[in-house]
Amino acid sequence: MFNVMRAELRKLRRPTLLVSTILVVAVLTALFTSIVYLRANSGQGNGQRGEIISPAILSQAAGLVYGFKIVSFFLGITALCVFASQTAQEYTLGTLRNLLVRQPSRMKILSGKYLSMVIFAIALVTIDAIVAISVSYGLAPHAKVTTTAWFTSTALSLLGRTFINVLLTTIAFGTFGMILGLLFRSPISAISTGVIWSLILETILGGVVSSTQKWLPGQNFDNIAQGGSLTVSYQWSMGISAAYLVVGFAIVAILFKRRDVAN
Amino acid sequence: MTSAISVTDLTKVYGERSALSHATFEVPLGTVCGFVGPNGSGKTTTIRMLLGLISPTGGTGTVLGESISHPERYLPQVGAMIEGPAFYPGLSGAENLKVLASLGGFPKERVATLLEKVGLEDRGGSKYKTYSLGMKQRLGIAAALLPDPKLLVLDEPTNGLDPSGIQEVRNLIKDLASEGTSVFVSSHLLSELEMIAESLVMLREGKVLFAGRTKDLLAAQIATLVAQPEFTVDLNKLLDIAIRHGREASVGDGAVHIVADADWGATFNRLAFNAGVTLSALTVTQPTLEETFFEMTGE
Repeated sequence: MFNVMRAELRKLRRPTLLVSTILVVAVLTALFTSIVYLRANSGQGNGQRGEIISPAILSQAAGLVYGFKIVSFFLGITALCVFASQTAQEYTLGTLRNLLVRQPSRMKILSGKYLSMVIFAIALVTIDAIVAISVSYGLAPHAKVTTTAWFTSTALSLLGRTFINVLLTTIAFGTFGMILGLLFRSPISAISTGVIWSLILETILGGVVSSTQKWLPGQNFDNIAQGGSLTVSYQWSMGISAAYLVVGFAIVAILFKRRDVAN
Repeated sequence: MTSAISVTDLTKVYGERSALSHATFEVPLGTVCGFVGPNGSGKTTTIRMLLGLISPTGGTGTVLGESISHPERYLPQVGAMIEGPAFYPGLSGAENLKVLASLGGFPKERVATLLEKVGLEDRGGSKYKTYSLGMKQRLGIAAALLPDPKLLVLDEPTNGLDPSGIQEVRNLIKDLASEGTSVFVSSHLLSELEMIAESLVMLREGKVLFAGRTKDLLAAQIATLVAQPEFTVDLNKLLDIAIRHGREASVGDGAVHIVADADWGATFNRLAFNAGVTLSALTVTQPTLEETFFEMTGE
């Protein structure tokens, strides 16, 4: 499994993928965090779904991680795309047969691949954290936000907790992408299905019938990064996300193990 | 263990279609075995089953003495290139080999050696997507050699190679065989196989037509005597002699072609002399593997 992981990391660190993904994450994080701070005194929505995040709120210990967790959904979508393409491309490129000749245990291939992508997700979340906190700190004086509370033990423990939650969200979306990749065996189909579902269909469904929000996978994945919401608890989102992913992953793992590799 | 590969009644059925039907053959250890058949005859299906990529519908088989239902027991000693090379276009040739080396737990130092062996030492650092078809094929062969295999399975290894590349692959296969590596190679270049394959497995429509030594296959084919008279006016006289002695014969290209063993050459020469015909040339032509293949497969 660790041999597979090492092999996969070699693929993931190719400059075109690594640099472009890091750039996307850094730019999105900087953009979203900037909006929160640059519009903090405008009296208009500067947070998620039009919420107003005032300088007073940002001056609290939780202000340190606000910019960090606001990007979690897009970080998740990025992970979904990367996980889906890295899995499905083995079929379209025909490289799966090479992998299976060198490592016949299909479960080892799957777990090694998964492990490498979790490492990739950790890197993405770390970059998100560094960029968000740097931008927050840089823009705090402009937004008249005091940062004293950001350096307390409460803020640091919140940072640790948020890091784990954002990471879980990213991995959940990535796992969803991997499931789609194994199911569709085509990067384009897997990514388009995942993105359209998470970004468009879930938003429409959740907006039109609000009671569906607690059942929608993407909404629950993101709710983990936010530490729960007023309508859906953190524990519920953790439970339902785990259930979706475990069942989904088990199905595709069985398919992956049994399916003939005929391309 | 005397066989590198041994299969009995190996069968693969996709829905109503039988891709391979009760195939039984052996590939002796340490030899080069050619695997031939028209497109769609079941060659790649067989190779995929031997490599654990698809599961058989029926039958049994062993590779290097281990059952094909446990590919993990023999694949570490098997090198393979199936249906042409397949690599990551965004990685260099060397990086692609390193991915496979990491995967199989092979020393990365082998990558440089193998790139040199297949003549890609100067282009190892270039991205795979910039490679020509021949270079991709060479990289595929290098990947197959990564485990220093006891058995090498190659599916059309000379596709896209120029004549010198084909010759290099032929020599590489010969060298590997001389070092004790068993090679199971499918190819449409039958003239190449005739030069290197000690044994052959011939398929048509999923069924084994022949499995055995190449020389036995060729020896079993009926030779043709080609008799050229000194004067072309004697052609019909020669044709008549051959037919009168119960031989199938025809005239073409200024010579008489007689279906007969080489042994009958001396008799025919004498009969022609007695009939007052001088032969300017009398040759025996044994069918090539290609002719035998077309004859057997009806292609």
